[in-house]
Amino acid sequence: MATCQKRRDFIGMALTGVTAVGGVCALGAMKKSWDPLPSVQSAGFVTVDISTIQEGEARSFQWRGKPIFVLRKSADTPKNAKRDVVIGEKIFTLVIGLCTHLGCIPSYDAKKKSFICACHGGVFDASGINTFGPPPRPLDIPPFKISGETLVLGEEGEEYKKLIAKKA
Amino acid sequence: MAEIRKSEGFIDWLDQRLAVKAFMRVMMTEYWIPKNINFLWAMGVVLVILFGVLLVTGLLLLMYYKPDINLAFDSVNYTIMQEVEYGWLWRHMHGVAASATFLIIYIHLFTGIYYGSYKKGREMIWITGMVLFIAFSAEAFSGYMLPWGQMSYWAAQVITNLFSGIPVIGDDVVIWIRGDYVVADATLTRFFMLHVVLLPLVIIVVIAVHFYSLRFPHVNNQDSVEFDFDAESKKFLDGDKKESKVVPFWPVFLSKDFFVVGFFMTIFFALVCYHFDFAMDPINFEPANSMKTPAHIYPEWYFLWNYEVLRGFFFDIGGMAAMDIGLIAFVIANIVFMILPFLDRNPMNTAPAHKRPIFKYWFWLLVCDMIVLTVYGKLPPTGMNAWVGFVAAVIFLGLFIALPFITKHEAKGDEQ
Ligand code: FES
Repeated sequence: MATCQKRRDFIGMALTGVTAVGGVCALGAMKKSWDPLPSVQSAGFVTVDISTIQEGEARSFQWRGKPIFVLRKSADTPKNAKRDVVIGEKIFTLVIGLCTHLGCIPSYDAKKKSFICACHGGVFDASGINTFGPPPRPLDIPPFKISGETLVLGEEGEEYKKLIAKKA
Repeated sequence: MAEIRKSEGFIDWLDQRLAVKAFMRVMMTEYWIPKNINFLWAMGVVLVILFGVLLVTGLLLLMYYKPDINLAFDSVNYTIMQEVEYGWLWRHMHGVAASATFLIIYIHLFTGIYYGSYKKGREMIWITGMVLFIAFSAEAFSGYMLPWGQMSYWAAQVITNLFSGIPVIGDDVVIWIRGDYVVADATLTRFFMLHVVLLPLVIIVVIAVHFYSLRFPHVNNQDSVEFDFDAESKKFLDGDKKESKVVPFWPVFLSKDFFVVGFFMTIFFALVCYHFDFAMDPINFEPANSMKTPAHIYPEWYFLWNYEVLRGFFFDIGGMAAMDIGLIAFVIANIVFMILPFLDRNPMNTAPAHKRPIFKYWFWLLVCDMIVLTVYGKLPPTGMNAWVGFVAAVIFLGLFIALPFITKHEAKGDEQ
């Protein structure tokens, strides 16, 4: 009898073990299925021409499905050495156009020289620094590389690395 | 196995195999409901009917809906609305029923709070009810996204972004949920799956548990008198129907419920046919545009109070970022009702609110505060509005913090 009971316990434990391992593997597989597809992940590089942007004008481009704002600062717009992208004489603000609060797209108000997020009233200055409302941090800067007067979005160029380093 | 004899008819044939008669007795004819309850107790049955409407109309819509970001908008706004015969009817019924479901859920919920139906052995009914509320919220949100209009898109963007508030892994979780860096096709198809299969299954199971949990402590009643269900039901079965304090669920109680349902459905169809737009946002008739946010984003009316709690905290307090405070408040607002039975520290008092000395003020204050939150949730969050929202959000949290103390105090008064 005793051996019989032991044998049953063993079978029970073996079954539990196999099920547990299988279950964990299955959960892992399910998690992976929800991950972005490789084609999405490699949504690649986008080249944008910023030579035609006027002073004080903000233009938006699309990269990885996100809006990218490029603002060319006019002479009277406050500068911010930590965030400005300088190409020759021209000074740009280059940011991902998604509010760092909950991801709405702010719009640039040329008069107030700030990006205004209508969703919950967040305000960012012309350099993309949050100045009012719920956004917890400045607008993010996308990885970029400068080549002449075009930007390659998605590639981490020298300029980008410098900006990121300055932040730290 | 029981002996199977030659049956005396179809019912008898079924009874021998499935015990249908015993089943009917337990579920219907000998399931006892107190007599002293009012029309507010019919909301459960109204909800069952509404869920049925949602299910049937949903199936009909499913035949033509296309879960693809390039096709979704037109499949709803052109194919279903213009081409499919009576497609408009199913869509409006589905939309209005979704809104109405929340209206009735709120009535159901506040009835429960008012009459103290969440405590004294009825905790499980309350908790499963709140689980249902959350499941319905997820169901409504995932469904709202499917037509792929501007408001759907941005609602999805904002709501999925809420998860970025989770410490450390937040941003990755958001991408994981969306299946893309922004809300995109992968997001639409997985929400489609949730809306038409997984969540309805969960809801059906939880409804079953909700009903099951009702059987043991029985339905509460208007005066919350406690009586012996066995003795009262025996009176009824013995023919002493007048004296007995209970009636069977079927046919007596349901006949009254059907009246309420009939009344309700009249209003429902008036809405469907003449005012279906109350459940639809005009902005959602613009196709989704991932490069442009509408000027002012707000959720459907039934989430407004919640949304206002989220954005009510618009300035940093003591070194804590406004966003984090808002998120924490939002999470609390979503679970605080769930633990209501344990916050109410007056163990004896299941009396209706108007008979409780302090609780009644608490109750009406809560109702008013939630109405204020709802109204201001829809208004732009600027100037004065932001402050009203802030104060209302603080009051909301304050009420739940105060509840244990209030009820404890009340319990002392009862003892004397
Ligand atoms: S999303 Fe911009 S302020 Fe909330």
